[in-house]
Amino acid sequence: MVVQVEDSQLVKQYIQGDERAIEALINRHNSRLTGFIYSKVGDRELTEDIFQDTFMKVIRTLKRGAYNEEGKFLPWVMRIAHNLVIDHFRKHNRMPMYNSKESYNIFSLLGDDKLNAEKQLIKEQIDSDLLRMIKELPEDQQEVLEMRIYKDMSFKEISDNTDVSINTALGRMRYALINLRKLVEANNIVLTN
Amino acid sequence: MENLYTKDQGQTKLVKAKPETIRFLLSYSKSLNITEVDGLQFESNLN
Repeated sequence: MVVQVEDSQLVKQYIQGDERAIEALINRHNSRLTGFIYSKVGDRELTEDIFQDTFMKVIRTLKRGAYNEEGKFLPWVMRIAHNLVIDHFRKHNRMPMYNSKESYNIFSLLGDDKLNAEKQLIKEQIDSDLLRMIKELPEDQQEVLEMRIYKDMSFKEISDNTDVSINTALGRMRYALINLRKLVEANNIVLTN
Repeated sequence: MENLYTKDQGQTKLVKAKPETIRFLLSYSKSLNITEVDGLQFESNLN
């Protein structure tokens, strides 16, 4: 059975001059601390730099005998790392930077979602074609389609407003869509932007 | 079925400081010497 030495014990050993103790502490908390820093800065190289500065500070504090044993070792190290992250952003006077990657692109947030002139024309054409075809549907189907698509009403609301059961409203919607598809095919209309 | 997995394999890698960073820290620790004179602490690096 492997008995893990407590952080506080390793700190004590290091202060007494055992260099292997600091190696054990660094390796023990390497992943956790690196992950913590990386989550704040989002940059591998910068993470490495801050990790290094953090442990340099830890080493200096322990060697100077200025470490307060009352607190826990890892939260103390995390606090040092956190302060160094803040120092970094203060020095560079900016907020955390996000890299443009396949999974995240800043331009997807900043992009203009308005359609360009060509796409706007196509959209208007599709809307008018669709409206013309909806007018060719039987009146009860027109009514359900309009309530569902244009007024965003639920089938419960549609059934209440038209005095029919939900199943009937659903059926009318289904036939409206089937008929619309037939009309699209019959008129050779392309409904894509 | 919709593919919900990211193509960016790097994101799932375990984030750890490089071995050279650890080596540097261990050398730094060994070389750092604190001397106290009249209540004042002096740092020196013995390479």
